[in-house]
Amino acid sequence: MTFAKALPVTSATLAIALAALIPTVFGDYYTSFCTEIAITVLMLSSYRIIVLTGEWSFAHVVLQGVGAYTAAILAKGYGWPFPLTLPAGALMAATVAAVLSYPLLRMKGFYFLMGSFGAAEAIRLLWRKIPFFGGTRGLSNIRPPYLDLAGIEIDFGDPGNFFYLTLAIVVCCLFLMWRIESARIGRIWRAVNQQDVLAQSVGIDSRSYRRLAFVVAAGFAGVAGVLLAYAFGSITPNRFNLNFALYLMIWSIVGGTRTFYGVVLGGIILLGFDEALRFAEELRPGVYGLLLIGVMLFCPQGLERIFVPLVERLRGPVSSASPDPSVTETQQ
Amino acid sequence: MQFLVDTLLNAAMASAATALVSIGLALIFGVMRIENFAHGELYMVGAYVTWYVTAGLGLNYFAGLAGAVAVTALIGAFMEVALFRRLRSNPVGCLIVTVGVLLVLQTAMVWLFGINSTLLVDTPFPGVLKLGAVNLPWHRLFVIFAAIAVMGALSWLLRGTRFGWAIRAAAQDREAASLQGISIGRIAVYAIMLSAGLAGAAGSLMAPLVRISPFMGQPIIITAFIVVIMGGIGSIEGAIIASVVYSTFYTFVSAYIDSTIAIIAGLCIMLGVLIFMPSGLLGKAEKV
Repeated sequence: MTFAKALPVTSATLAIALAALIPTVFGDYYTSFCTEIAITVLMLSSYRIIVLTGEWSFAHVVLQGVGAYTAAILAKGYGWPFPLTLPAGALMAATVAAVLSYPLLRMKGFYFLMGSFGAAEAIRLLWRKIPFFGGTRGLSNIRPPYLDLAGIEIDFGDPGNFFYLTLAIVVCCLFLMWRIESARIGRIWRAVNQQDVLAQSVGIDSRSYRRLAFVVAAGFAGVAGVLLAYAFGSITPNRFNLNFALYLMIWSIVGGTRTFYGVVLGGIILLGFDEALRFAEELRPGVYGLLLIGVMLFCPQGLERIFVPLVERLRGPVSSASPDPSVTETQQ
Repeated sequence: MQFLVDTLLNAAMASAATALVSIGLALIFGVMRIENFAHGELYMVGAYVTWYVTAGLGLNYFAGLAGAVAVTALIGAFMEVALFRRLRSNPVGCLIVTVGVLLVLQTAMVWLFGINSTLLVDTPFPGVLKLGAVNLPWHRLFVIFAAIAVMGALSWLLRGTRFGWAIRAAAQDREAASLQGISIGRIAVYAIMLSAGLAGAAGSLMAPLVRISPFMGQPIIITAFIVVIMGGIGSIEGAIIASVVYSTFYTFVSAYIDSTIAIIAGLCIMLGVLIFMPSGLLGKAEKV
């Protein structure tokens, strides 16, 4: 294995090993916060799948909400255990996305953005209106999973244990997404984004591939939603509002959408930044606004613009395995 | 009877305010191809400036209106010169920058005036017009007539003056317009000042009637986007027609049924229009 190939594996292993230390080093408060970061990183990387095809969507957070509501209702109302609610949430989010994709993916660009906003807002308002979903107060008292493995009992109500569970699931999802992206389908998504007409002329049905991206991304968002429901123990429709959708967009843009780790790094840095600004809650949006304007003006490819050359230098000469910047550059 | 008249009057007033905000949005999209998410915040700034000039400086309401238009137009010009001009080749970048401006303006108002501000603007036309059994508040009538007057003036400006022709030419074909000696940069500044000033005027007109808050721009921008999409992005006539249709529908459904259902129904109508007419009701109409 060459150094260039070993680097992603080594850095990922190192990151996971460092993350595994978190509950022992930090207290419960920061461990819960790191759980939140892990869930957000999952959301951001799943969002990037849509961005890969060249679209921006406002519906992604509501699809996360679909996963969260599914898990909450199944766990509370029907007593389903965590290992069943997790795939159920993912499936439900993907199904809703598949249904939504039929009208939405007839549109492109700004029309798609507004269409996705309309659909998402309609779903969110329905949650607020229908008592089955708990109305504006949402659903609460979602019990954390409790595992009894032949005598070994693990209570995930403990923030540390829940963090390990989240970390394991998020790492699996990230690995899956990384595999999907480096497979043929990931290249098709990029092709659909960059050379739509050309892609169609070689027989790629771009709309079905954009639909597939939308549905796959929603499935991962559903997983993030299920984790969110258990992490907070309660969900409200307001959690999945336009602001959160905007923040998701801001985080991925500031982090950079060109590479996988740009989004992940951007999410971690910005959430840390978010926490650091907690003392000035009211001024936080303005700081984000300034950051966004600054990044757009001076560093339109996001913070990864700073990291990518560094990593590329570490990797040495570009091998066939590493992405060619001229190909992977997403259209801004 | 009074309830029906009130609802009708509210519908007309909402149509007027929505039309003022959304024609600005359509204008800026027509000329510069920018979806301005900060447009609702310009409406909010207009309301705040009116409050500051009338209650803070103790001047006349009309001075407040003029101040609102001037301040928002300046903010618009700043956005064009400092931000959009540098991102001309990057349409997504422009859109994202407007989100940044939205957040900055909101935070600035929270910082300057507080989150739960209870600011009141006195109307220059207090009292009601009594017509038999129904009462018509003067200020609401004033808003409706002022909006109609502004739209008339705008229509004359766009159709009857060289400046208006230049804007329309730039909207239709930027390159051909610049070949005719029209400075696209200058037209863009004027267009965004006009657009922002319209939003400021709408905010100022509505200031005596609504609760002024840093977040008052959000519902109106959402409505304006629904309206602009329904009317066909970039079409001013479409925006006006869609404003009247949507606002009347929304006001009646929320008065007689429920406001949440009204929003859901409105969003579903927007989606329906987008599905069956992807370029809006008047999408093929002449741009601007």
